[in-house]
Amino acid sequence: MIELDAASVCVEGPSGEVTILSPTTLTLTERRVSIIGANGSGKSTLARLVNGLALPTTGYVRVDGLDSHDDGAAVRRRVGFVFSDADSQIVMPTPLEDVALSLRRLGLRGRERTDRARAILARYSLDHLADVSVHALSGGQKQLLALAGVLATEPSILVCDEPTTLLDLRWRTTITALLAALDQQVVHVTHDLDAALLADRVLVVDEGSVVFDGEARTAVAHYRALMGTPA
Amino acid sequence: MSGRAERAAGGRGRRGRRRPVRPAWTGPLGLYSPRATWLHAVPPGWKFGAVAVVSIAMTFVREPVVALGALVVSLALLACARVPLRGTLRALGPFVVLAAGIGLFQWWTRGWAAAVVTASTLTALVVLATVVTATTRTDRMLDALVRGARPLRRVGLDPEVLALAVALMLRTIPALVELVGEVRDAARARGLEREPRALLVPFALRTVARAHATGDALAARGILD
Repeated sequence: MIELDAASVCVEGPSGEVTILSPTTLTLTERRVSIIGANGSGKSTLARLVNGLALPTTGYVRVDGLDSHDDGAAVRRRVGFVFSDADSQIVMPTPLEDVALSLRRLGLRGRERTDRARAILARYSLDHLADVSVHALSGGQKQLLALAGVLATEPSILVCDEPTTLLDLRWRTTITALLAALDQQVVHVTHDLDAALLADRVLVVDEGSVVFDGEARTAVAHYRALMGTPA
Repeated sequence: MSGRAERAAGGRGRRGRRRPVRPAWTGPLGLYSPRATWLHAVPPGWKFGAVAVVSIAMTFVREPVVALGALVVSLALLACARVPLRGTLRALGPFVVLAAGIGLFQWWTRGWAAAVVTASTLTALVVLATVVTATTRTDRMLDALVRGARPLRRVGLDPEVLALAVALMLRTIPALVELVGEVRDAARARGLEREPRALLVPFALRTVARAHATGDALAARGILD
């Protein structure tokens, strides 16, 4: 369960403090939550709060009762995070080694770690690319690998910050279907309104505030009206 | 389409088929080649130790025969590693040219013996380092580095962080080379290929942005926790 208790995020700007996210209070228990909003609206900041990548300037963020400020490492163990640009998320030269890097955190050693990494790659149909240079992978394969690397540690919550933005239609469909099939609670920041419609709950963020919180179809209609685009 | 791709495509029809566009040069780092050779079976710590010892020993070499011998041995080891020939030659090419250039300068200033020693030594060491990266998974390198760096805990250095820094370097250098290509193509597309600022400014900005993004990704994956 994700709880935000009057959590706000402010940054120092050239002309004083700038509020990126106004004080927000939410409790997210639904299995599929989407966050939609315009560029720069604060939706990524909201997502980063959940993983502890961003810490609240005021208020609290708790995941399964753990405070993101005081128990950051424990929160990150529970919450996986996928970025839109997989290139910056993949650290190692080959897919096998990158997934194995994630598994180091579990304390697995040598051969066991490699075998587990290979099994994870097979689960996501990436086993034939295990030893290929990551430079040779397509954008979709890289995003799938980034996702596999995060899911390797079996987090209970997955936060995805626009994971399909840079992908073609085929890979977007593949990644969206994969996210939909996960057992984990998924918080999905997206510009893909079709994907948002699959969520149990949708938050619409505008100018640093959650301006709508509710059922998917109504939320998307609200967002369209906000953006001045016809349904 | 990149500048190289445009040039390659532009010639078709009028001048016949041209050579396919090659991927950006990314050097010999991260060139792991999965094979079942005896070199792959050697523990990474031994390989690191051997390269370190040879590197130090080569600084004392003054005889061209010894330097050439070291080069032959390193090339023999590369052959034993059964690395893909074309990719390896392309990765090592610029280093060989650089070593030849330094050798020429040595020949001009200190004579042919110094030239042979310098060029052969440099090439041999780069080839040996390539043998290590081509026959050792980065994951195994990390394990060896973590083990080797354990004594540094006493001075407050975390071996895991040190090993991760090395892994990041192996991944980042080829990535930066790719970034140079992208920035150069973007400058070409705007007709600014002779404008240094059009290359340096976006390269610096994108490198810093990438560093931030990588830091975020490491933190998000809890790798440094």
